[in-house]
Amino acid sequence: MSEVVETHAGHDDHDHHGPDKGLARWLFTTNHKDIGTLYLWFSFAMFLIGGMMALVIRAELFEPGLQFVAPEFFNQMTTNHGLIMVFGAVMPAFVGLANWLIPMMVGAPDMALPRMNNLSFWILPFAFGIMISTLFMEGGGPNFGWTFYAPLSTTYAPDSVTYFIFAVHLMGASSIMGSINVIATILNMRAPGMTLMKMPLFVWTWLITAYLLLAVMPVLAGVVTMMLFDIHFGTSFFNAAGGGDPVMFQHIFWFFGHPEVYIMILPAFGVVSQIIPTFARKPLFGYDSMVYAVASIAFLSFIVWAHHMFTVGMPLAGQLFFMYATMLIAVPTGVKVFNWISTMWRGSMTFETPMLFAIAFVILFTIGGFSGLMLAITPADYQYHDTYFVVAHFHYVLVPGAIFSIIAAVYYWLPKWCGRMYDETLGKIHFWLSFIGVNVTFFPQHFSGLAGMPRRIPDYALQFADFNMLSSIGAFIFGFSQVFFMFVVIHAITRGKKATDRVWDGAHGLEWTLPSPAPYHSFTHPPKVSDAEAHS
Amino acid sequence: MQQAGSNKRTVAKLSLIVFGMFGFGFALVPLYDLLCEITGLGGDTGGQYAYDPATQQTDTSRLVRVNFVTNTNGGMPWKFWSEKGGVRVHPGELKEVNFYVTNTTDRVMVGKAVPSLVPISATEYFHKTECFCFERQLLQPGETMEMPMRFIVGSELPKNVESLSLSYALFDVTDFADEKELAAAGSISG
Repeated sequence: MSEVVETHAGHDDHDHHGPDKGLARWLFTTNHKDIGTLYLWFSFAMFLIGGMMALVIRAELFEPGLQFVAPEFFNQMTTNHGLIMVFGAVMPAFVGLANWLIPMMVGAPDMALPRMNNLSFWILPFAFGIMISTLFMEGGGPNFGWTFYAPLSTTYAPDSVTYFIFAVHLMGASSIMGSINVIATILNMRAPGMTLMKMPLFVWTWLITAYLLLAVMPVLAGVVTMMLFDIHFGTSFFNAAGGGDPVMFQHIFWFFGHPEVYIMILPAFGVVSQIIPTFARKPLFGYDSMVYAVASIAFLSFIVWAHHMFTVGMPLAGQLFFMYATMLIAVPTGVKVFNWISTMWRGSMTFETPMLFAIAFVILFTIGGFSGLMLAITPADYQYHDTYFVVAHFHYVLVPGAIFSIIAAVYYWLPKWCGRMYDETLGKIHFWLSFIGVNVTFFPQHFSGLAGMPRRIPDYALQFADFNMLSSIGAFIFGFSQVFFMFVVIHAITRGKKATDRVWDGAHGLEWTLPSPAPYHSFTHPPKVSDAEAHS
Repeated sequence: MQQAGSNKRTVAKLSLIVFGMFGFGFALVPLYDLLCEITGLGGDTGGQYAYDPATQQTDTSRLVRVNFVTNTNGGMPWKFWSEKGGVRVHPGELKEVNFYVTNTTDRVMVGKAVPSLVPISATEYFHKTECFCFERQLLQPGETMEMPMRFIVGSELPKNVESLSLSYALFDVTDFADEKELAAAGSISG
C-alpha cells in the first residue's frame, strides 16, 4: 500500500480489510466513517430525548394553569431540553458530519488522530448518562436554565449540580478533542492540489468552528470549575457575601456562550453552501466572500457577548458598543444570504428534499436573524428580555437553522453513506410536516413575547392562551414528524434504491468521485484534485 | 512518518490554545475586578478614603441628595436600617450617618454589607472615610450595633448629577468566618 497508509504505525492490519464484526467494531473503531455514524445516531437519540422534554413543556403550556407537571419538574425540563439539544444533539451531529465528510472532501484516508477520535465519541454517552441520571436523583436534576446563572446554580442549586458540572467537563473535553482532530486533519492531510481556497465550504466552516471551540470550551470548563469551587471549597467567585460577583458569572458564561451559538450555525452555513450549488447546477456565488464572511462572523462573535445581559446594568458606552458590534454581524451574514440567493438566481433548479430543507434554511434563518437584530437594539431589548420573543428568535435560528441544515445534510449525503436513495415522496412529506410544524410552533411565540409573556414559566396569564395552544399543536406536529424522519432514514438504509456514485447530477466534490456506498477505507492513495471537483 | 510528525506539532500548538484559554477564563476574574474598580461598574465605591480637610473645598452653591437603601439578602434574618432615608450635602462636605443592625437570632452570627452606588457615573466621586462595609460585623444573639458611615461627595461631581443612591445588601457570612473567632465570641456570651 501507499506511504500514507504506512504512516499509521500499528494500524497497517486494519487498512487491508473491512470492519470488525459485532459490538467490538463500534467500541474500538478508529474509522472516521464508523465514528461519524456513531455520532449521528447518538445525536439523533439525544434529539428525540430533548424533543420529548420539549413536548412535556408544550403539553404543560397547552392551556393556562398547571395540568401535567409540577413547576419544579417543569424547570428541569426547560433546563435539560436546552442542554441536551445544544450539547447532545446539534454539536455531536455536526461533529458526526465532520467525521464522515471532511476526510472524503479533502482526499484524506481518515481523520488525523483516529484513536483520539474514538475517545472523543465514547466520552459523550457517559457525559449524557450522568446528566440525565440526575433527573432521577433526590432533589432532581439541573433546574436553573441551560445558562446556569449563579447563584441559582451554586447557592440555590439541587445537590445533583456536581454531577452536572462533571458532565459539562466531559462534554467540553470531547468537543476539544474533536476540534483538534478536525484542525489537524484539515491542515495536514489535504490531498495535493487541495489548497485552502479550494476547500469545500463545509470544510472551511468546520475549520473556523473548530478554532472557536478550542477558544471557548476551556472558558466553559473554567466557569464550571469556579462553580465547583464555590459550592464545595468555600471560594466566592460568584458569591457577593464573600467579595465575588454573580454578574461576573454572566460575563464569563456569555464569553463562552456567544461564540457557542456560532459554533452551532457556522457548519450549517457550510452544509447549505454545498447543497444549493448542487441543485441550482451553478457554482457557489462569491466563494471567497463566503470564506471571509465566516471568518468575520467568528471574530465578531468574541466581542458581542454582553448583548445577552443588557438589563443587568452597564454604562451607556458599553451598551452602545455591544449594540453596534452585534448589528455589525448582520453585514457578513447578509453577504452569505445574498450569495446563496445569487447562486440560485437563474440556476436550473430542482427541488429534491435536501434542497427544500436548504431553501427553508435560508428563509427561516433570515427571519431568526432579523428578530436577532431587533433584540440587539438595547432600549428595545429591555422590553424583549426574557420573554417568548427571545425563545422565538433563538429557536428560529436553531431549529429551521441548525437542525434543518443537519436534516438536509443527511438527505444529501445519505446515498453516499449507505449506497441507497431515500424515498423522495417520503422525504417531501417529512419536509412539509417539519416546515409547517416549526412555523406553527415558533411564529406565534414572537407575538406572545412582544405581548409580555415571560419565558421559563409553567403557567401564564389568560391572554396568551390562544398563541400557546397553537404553539403546542405545532410542536407535536414537528416532534412526530421527526419520528417519521427516523422511519424515512431506516427505510432508505434497508429498502432504498441503489444510488449512483455521483448521486446528484449537479454534485461536485471529491466525495462524489468515490463509489456509493463509500468504501470502508477511501483515498488510501491521495487523489488528484481537479478544479472541477474543488470548490463546490 | 512526516505526517505523524506534523500532526504531533499541530496537536502541541492547539493544546497550547486550550490551556491558554482555560487560564484566560480564570484571568477574567481579576480583570473583571480591575475593570469594575477603574470604571466604577457595578457601583463599586472602592476602599477607605484618606480625608485631608486642606484639599477639600466645600461647594456651598450646590446641594446633592444622597439616598440610603438597606437590604438584607435572602435568608439573612438580621434587621438592618439607617437613621435617615437620605441627607442633603454640599459637595466637599464631610457627613456622618448612622446605620444599625440587630441580630434577631439566638446564635452568634457574622454579617457583611456590600455597597452599590447609582448612578455609575458618580461612583468615582463618592468617597467614604469610614464604613462598616470595610469589615465584617460579629453580633451576639439579640445584640444591636450602631455603625457610623462617614462620606464626602467630591466637589468634581458632574453637574448633571443631583441625587445619588447608596444601597447596602447585608449578607450572612457566618459560614465564611473563622471558627475560632466564633467560638471565642460564643464563650464570652456564655
